[in-house]
Amino acid sequence: MKQAVSSGNPDGAEPAPVAASPRSVVSLRDVTKRFSNGTLALSRMTMDIRKGEFVSLLGPSGCGKSTALRIIAGLGRPSQGMVDWPASRIGRDGRPDADIGFVFQEPTLMPWKPVFDNAFLPLRLKGMGKGEARDRVMAALETVGLKDFAKAYPRELSGGMRMRVSIARALVTDPKLLLMDEPFGALDEITRQKLNDDVLRLWSEKDLTVVFVTHSVFEAAYLSSRIAVMGARPGRVVADMMLPRPEGREKDEGFRVSETYGDLCRSVSQALVSAMYAPAGEGA
Amino acid sequence: MEAVLDSASSDETPGLGRSRLLKVAVPAIMLGLTLLAWEVYVRVNAVPPYILPAPSLVAQTLVKDWGTLYPALLVTLRITFSALILALIGGTVLAVLLVQSKWVELALYPYAVILQVTPIVAIAPLILVYVSSTQAAIMICAFLVAFFPILSNMVQGLKSVDHNLLNLYDLYGASRWQQLRLLKLPAALPYFMTGLKIGGGLSLIAAVVAEFAAGSAGAGSGLAFRLLEAQYRLNIPRLFAALVLLSATGVAIFALTSVVAWLSLRRWHESALAREN
Ligand SMILES: Nc1ncnc2c1ncn2[C@@H]1O[C@H](COP(=O)(O)OP(=O)(O)O)[C@@H](O)[C@H]1O
Ligand SMILES: [Mg+2]
Repeated sequence: MKQAVSSGNPDGAEPAPVAASPRSVVSLRDVTKRFSNGTLALSRMTMDIRKGEFVSLLGPSGCGKSTALRIIAGLGRPSQGMVDWPASRIGRDGRPDADIGFVFQEPTLMPWKPVFDNAFLPLRLKGMGKGEARDRVMAALETVGLKDFAKAYPRELSGGMRMRVSIARALVTDPKLLLMDEPFGALDEITRQKLNDDVLRLWSEKDLTVVFVTHSVFEAAYLSSRIAVMGARPGRVVADMMLPRPEGREKDEGFRVSETYGDLCRSVSQALVSAMYAPAGEGA
Repeated sequence: MEAVLDSASSDETPGLGRSRLLKVAVPAIMLGLTLLAWEVYVRVNAVPPYILPAPSLVAQTLVKDWGTLYPALLVTLRITFSALILALIGGTVLAVLLVQSKWVELALYPYAVILQVTPIVAIAPLILVYVSSTQAAIMICAFLVAFFPILSNMVQGLKSVDHNLLNLYDLYGASRWQQLRLLKLPAALPYFMTGLKIGGGLSLIAAVVAEFAAGSAGAGSGLAFRLLEAQYRLNIPRLFAALVLLSATGVAIFALTSVVAWLSLRRWHESALAREN
């Protein structure tokens, strides 16, 4: 079923509807976002996220990656254009039923609550009782390897463990779509690689669709089945590359030093460089 | 996580027992020495008690006049604590209302500021005229003084919630009530505790100042009145005894509010955690 989640064109000049592929989980149609201070963060961004994809939004700082992700999550409304959820019913509140998990750049945990309660939060907000949710919360903590830390407080954990709690919280509702905004940017390289492997494993195990924001070419090349390179001022997609699906890489210890990975990084790098110097889109 | 907590507490070195002893011993010895110097000074110079009573005389007076001073202490305590509790409730409730809506904030905040910046002694006579019960009037003064720091701290606290946590609550469709109860109020707790500590001290000060302004006599008067009365009668040892009780009350309120703050924040907030490297 198709329905606009939001459309903000005041004079009713809707952009011509483009049929979204039936397998799209979410599609952005000419999404433009201008903040109240005049910053044009996104300009006519159009993109389909298909089921089962691992899409990375790759681009320099300030090019609108986070803005795009927040708009997909329904946390901000586009100034123009629309966000379409072809495969989901639209709830009473105008949000899609498709459960969305969101992982922020910071762990964004409540410091006054132990790990269990933090991961339990999404279910609690949906009105579930603690006893009822216990198994699901523990299962989510187990998938990120934190079952034994359910009673610990966030301050007692390392940065990587906090991020895992944040991921467990995003997974606890069994979302179809997982949005991650530079989740591992603040972590050291070793922890980051470990968490990248975890995310890949979860992606294939849980049949997730992931939109992953990053400014690291290496991370994007390692994780993605598709990379959307974004350019700045105004923010837009300047290149959309399909890559070989990354399934099973997390189990292949040699992959990070393989020639395949090297080639992948090189071609993504090149795309990024040419994107950076591309002329601004005609939407500007 | 048991292991995490255990290792944190079993990390105490044997030296810690000694340092804890010193923590108590050093100020106690210092206090003892001060009192001793005072006593010696008074005796050696034969200072008359109506100028400066020796600590021993103050202690004797405290015991002898306990029948007068103790009821006064109870009155002051009752006024101080009821004012503080009302200020905590009122400040929190108003802060919640203020942050719910920009309009409410615009409309009400000026009054809160006016009440705060106007010196309490200047309002006290007016309140004493309007309110027939002196004790109630004093309590209102103490309330007004303690109220504002609690209000402004709570407003600050409710507003300084991590934006991404707010986003997260929005994402999962949290109601306003859930957002307030599960997110904003707990996040504001450290600020509430700051307000509590400031408000606790201020409500005692205001209770004393307002009673000075009231200057009423009678069975229902508090320590401040007893103090003034002792001054009129040049009963300086009793004045000192009343002063000692007031200081002790202030110290007790400070200790109590600090303990409450520590107990409620010790699991998570930096201010209540021992730094451990
Ligand atoms: N709330 C906001 N108000 C005004 N400008 C904003 C806001 N959020 C982001 N911007 C601006 O929009 C642009 C894109 O920001 P963002 O999406 O955060 O970029 P990225 O995540 O790619 O680093 C930047 O120029 C930023 O300064
Ligand atoms: Mg960003």
